[in-house]
Amino acid sequence: MDMCMELFKVFITGGIICSIGQILIDKTKLTPARILVIFVTMGVILTFLGIYGPIVEFGKAGATVPISGFGYSLGKGVMEAVDTMGFLGIFVGGVKSCAAGIAAAVVFGFLASLFAKPTIK
Amino acid sequence: MKIGKQTIKLENTPKILQTSSIVGPKETQGPLSQYFDKHIDDIFFGETTFEKAESKFMKTCIDNLLSKVPTLPENIDYIFAGDLLNQCICSGYCIRDLNIPFFGLYGACSTFCESLSLASTFINAGYAQKCIAATSSHFCSAERQFRMPLEHGNQKSPTAQCTVTASGSAIVVPKDVGTQGPLITHITPGKIIDMGITDMTNMGAAMAPAAFNTIMTHLQDTQRSANYYDIIATGDLGVLGSEILVDLFNKEGIDLNGIHADCGALIYNHDKQDTHCGGSGCGCMASVFSGYFFDQLKSKKINKILIVATGALMSPLSIQQGESIPGIAHAVAIENEV
Amino acid sequence: MNSNINMSNEEYSTYVESKAKKSPIFKNIVWAFLVGGLICTIGQLITNLFLSWGFSKDDATMVCTISLIFLGAFLTAINVYSKIGQHAGAGSIIPITGFSNSVVAPAIEFKTEGYVLGLGANMFKIAGPVLVYGITSSVFVGLIYWIIKLFM
Repeated sequence: MDMCMELFKVFITGGIICSIGQILIDKTKLTPARILVIFVTMGVILTFLGIYGPIVEFGKAGATVPISGFGYSLGKGVMEAVDTMGFLGIFVGGVKSCAAGIAAAVVFGFLASLFAKPTIK
Repeated sequence: MKIGKQTIKLENTPKILQTSSIVGPKETQGPLSQYFDKHIDDIFFGETTFEKAESKFMKTCIDNLLSKVPTLPENIDYIFAGDLLNQCICSGYCIRDLNIPFFGLYGACSTFCESLSLASTFINAGYAQKCIAATSSHFCSAERQFRMPLEHGNQKSPTAQCTVTASGSAIVVPKDVGTQGPLITHITPGKIIDMGITDMTNMGAAMAPAAFNTIMTHLQDTQRSANYYDIIATGDLGVLGSEILVDLFNKEGIDLNGIHADCGALIYNHDKQDTHCGGSGCGCMASVFSGYFFDQLKSKKINKILIVATGALMSPLSIQQGESIPGIAHAVAIENEV
Repeated sequence: MNSNINMSNEEYSTYVESKAKKSPIFKNIVWAFLVGGLICTIGQLITNLFLSWGFSKDDATMVCTISLIFLGAFLTAINVYSKIGQHAGAGSIIPITGFSNSVVAPAIEFKTEGYVLGLGANMFKIAGPVLVYGITSSVFVGLIYWIIKLFM
């Protein structure tokens, strides 16, 4: 039962974050690239302000899987690194905590494009 | 002879001897399919890149045209051709193998009327005996140059149009050469009209004022009324652009309903094919005229047509720099001898 | 008769705006909500699976990210992701699978211009700004955090 409740919260949180993006696309004619930039930057800022943390507590993957969650790990990572490393942490923390995601995107992107061919919808 | 503000009357009335059209898979499923000469199912057309595929579309189209009229490529005097790709590479690489003197043109989607205008003026002046006008466009090569990569998962705006994968070509000769055919009587090159539209997904609205301006000027210059023509066909205004054009004429007290047709709106079945506002691209007017309207002219179902290819003269770069979309439209009047 | 339109640019824009078909916003939001929610739920299931195998919370989250990026890349490569995106809109753009999609899509498309200047140079054509602004803002946040810590 706990499991179901948890997944329900994940679903709702993820759904709401994506719906906000959809409203921005339809109402402001922002392009997808701009939406991604806005979401990732907002993720970093909200994490710093201590707002995104509680959302992650509640929604778990529902808040970390959207691209704003990428901003969350950038923000969280940089603050943790400043705690442990001091000044250098400013430059190390963010990317370090997202290293897995970035490396995965590059490598899978590269491998996928070796085999794939574009088609029309 | 120039008449009125910007129309040229072609006294020697050059003749369109033959046309040829070739379309891709999506156009093959469209309502005009039966009128096109060749249907290609493979979007790559057996090539490795979309650009090469587009070139092959145009090449096959011109080869097909030459096979319809008993003449060798060497006997063609000039070819006027263009496409949407940067530096017109599709036309360039296509005509590389043809051994015909070549004028490369760019008028965005208005190129077909531009090339037909120039070909017919060359014939009218007696500088040439056989000229070809050709254009092409390809959905995939246009998407990657103007929009997003094909595999990117994004939604299209309801006002968006879909670039047609097609090529069309026509051979223009002096009136007394060869079999009977429709004659080109007037051309009206258009002015650039920019009403400040900046939305790249709403080209119809950006081009409609240019089409209005050119058609209106043409009617004034020739002192004809709109219903002199059986059909006034615009290139790729799409559904929304067509509605705007009809509205604009209504305001001037001219009813275009029943006279106006738009190639972009005709070529697809919008509901079934999810093409939103219709087709666009240089190949749209080229293939629909060469396939459908030429057939109608030949079989005398229509006798007088004004074709108005519309173009949007922007690039993704100019849009990113905040410029608006300049529209242009060129008109060519084609009439059967009665 | 006048061959020019008796409208200012602003009037024309307003007129076009009123004439243009609107995006079916309600339908779009429902799609975005369902697909976005579903992708996140799949992410949670992956995380839970690895948690149950004894991974730490951070590690399980990382595996989840890598798996979803793989999924996005795979669905893009087999020409499925773009079809989902047509309906789901932001629902498939905003999850990390959408980030993966915007890396893979240009890589596939620009392969024809060669592996270095085509695939390599264009891979981050769409997703690049996410890294630029994400990392830049994280550095600024880190700097502010460091300064605040100096005084506390």
